Amino acid sequence: MDLMESIRNAWRLAALFGLLVAAAPSFGEDAGIFDEYRAMFGDDNPAVFVIDEGEEYWFEPQGPKNSSLEGCDLGLGPGVVEGAYARLPRYFADADMMMDVEARLIFCMRELQGRPSEEIQGYPYSMRGDLGTELEALVAWLADQSSGMPIAPGQEHAKEREFFTLGEQLFYYRAGPHDFSCATCHGQEGKRIRLQALPDLTSHEGAAGAYSAWPAYRISEGVVRTMGWRMRDCFRQQRFPLLGVGSDVTVALQTYLAVTAAGAPMMAPGLKR
Amino acid sequence: MAGKIRIRAQLDGDTCEVKALMRHPMETGLRKDQAGNAIPAHYIEEVTVTHNDQVVMHSYWGAAVSANPFLGVRFAGGQAGDTVRVTWRDNTGATDEGETTIR
Amino acid sequence: MKKRVAQLLMLASLAGTGLTQADTLPEALGSSFEAINHVDMGRLQRDPLQEFCSKPRGQAGDSAMESALRDEAMASVVFPAGDDFIGDWARGAEVANNGRGLQYSDDPEAPNGGNCYACHQLDPAEVAYGNLGPSLTGYGARGQSDVMLRYTWTKLWNTHAYNVCSHMPRFGALGILTEQQLKDLMAFLFDPDSPVNQSIE
Repeated sequence: MDLMESIRNAWRLAALFGLLVAAAPSFGEDAGIFDEYRAMFGDDNPAVFVIDEGEEYWFEPQGPKNSSLEGCDLGLGPGVVEGAYARLPRYFADADMMMDVEARLIFCMRELQGRPSEEIQGYPYSMRGDLGTELEALVAWLADQSSGMPIAPGQEHAKEREFFTLGEQLFYYRAGPHDFSCATCHGQEGKRIRLQALPDLTSHEGAAGAYSAWPAYRISEGVVRTMGWRMRDCFRQQRFPLLGVGSDVTVALQTYLAVTAAGAPMMAPGLKR
Repeated sequence: MAGKIRIRAQLDGDTCEVKALMRHPMETGLRKDQAGNAIPAHYIEEVTVTHNDQVVMHSYWGAAVSANPFLGVRFAGGQAGDTVRVTWRDNTGATDEGETTIR
Repeated sequence: MKKRVAQLLMLASLAGTGLTQADTLPEALGSSFEAINHVDMGRLQRDPLQEFCSKPRGQAGDSAMESALRDEAMASVVFPAGDDFIGDWARGAEVANNGRGLQYSDDPEAPNGGNCYACHQLDPAEVAYGNLGPSLTGYGARGQSDVMLRYTWTKLWNTHAYNVCSHMPRFGALGILTEQQLKDLMAFLFDPDSPVNQSIE
């Protein structure tokens, strides 16, 4: 499929998605209650404040090198932020690694600002009572810079395709005292846990609905949560140990999700319960 | 004083649109904790929005408003550079405020 | 097994340094997770059942292996002494409602819950139920024959005795719930006075 075809498909999907969002009820049989609530917000989203904060962080000189993140290359060239989030995860030659947005930000903070990885990885996400973290704000802003653009993770490099396969294997990896894998909850249509709808992440529609809506302002927590956070919290509920930020497992799973969702437009930052 | 109200005010033609995100648990007083004890009522009772020290919105709230209230207000007559301020007072007597300039 | 755990632990120590990228799934797991609170890296080790069931739904596995796993699951069931299956349904209702236990955010001293409502409908007055598993409302109508009691106990203890690669945890076989908690769940399901067996008019 060439680029023009991809873009045409993206607009078709965007139109279809718009229709799906407007129509009730949603998949997963929660009677579309939250969709109605989201519709009441219209274009409003408390995430707007977090987006502004993210932009400030990008341009703020920090660390021993007293440098901003303006030189950070997210895949489209140093400092190019528009559309970069939608092209992640991808392979980066300078690090010889697959990276998601969080791994890449931590890399840039280390290389450009001299800040050690542990600084962010030790406290990446808001705890109870926090107003938001730097990582959450940056990811919110970067996702907003890809709003409306088709999800297009890299799949040209061999490592990118390897990580898709690795992600798929991890998706079905049953372990822990409850024998849970991602597929336990997200491997079939029309399911919910208690009253929370569960997208089928093995389907394009399900993966697109999920991947396009994170990062999101989470109303119950009053902060923006990222896809990396969502993965970490899923594994906690699966009774697994702690998932590292920007780790291979999270990058591989996000690659699997993003490829399955490819073509659908990014809608983030989203709004969630 | 750096409050915990985030606020932005933007002109849309003649109308100024204010959005404010407040941080407050908005406890109704009806919930119980894990031990079964009632969590005391703790919610915003009064909210005021001013434009250059003129009150453009004054409201009384109750326990029905959700935690971390997200407020939207539109008013006429604002100009770029004017000051918009949002303040609240809760049932314990605590207050908070946020301020921004209209863009 | 111990060697594998040692490998995982070594790789776990590199977690977050960003110095290496995994080439294989075990390497990826070892470098991506870390032990926290009472949850250790051993949880990522799969037993033969988990390995066999780590595949897309509907994808057939080796049928001989499947039979062997089913037999093993059936053999793993420990029935209560004296066939005393039925406990207290009020305590059982709490076990069914409690979604905590074994997460690194949970208190390891507190009892684990069954989290049954995550997947099943039970008390018809409870609307917050999931649909990953079938509805169990009115379960007691099946009666308390010896066959039915043993069947239900087996399902709770190790559901793979009847349905290899079911999504339901092995509440008895893996020690998630105690024998008393399982008896209380049996009462919640079977006792005619239990909410599960009341109609809502």
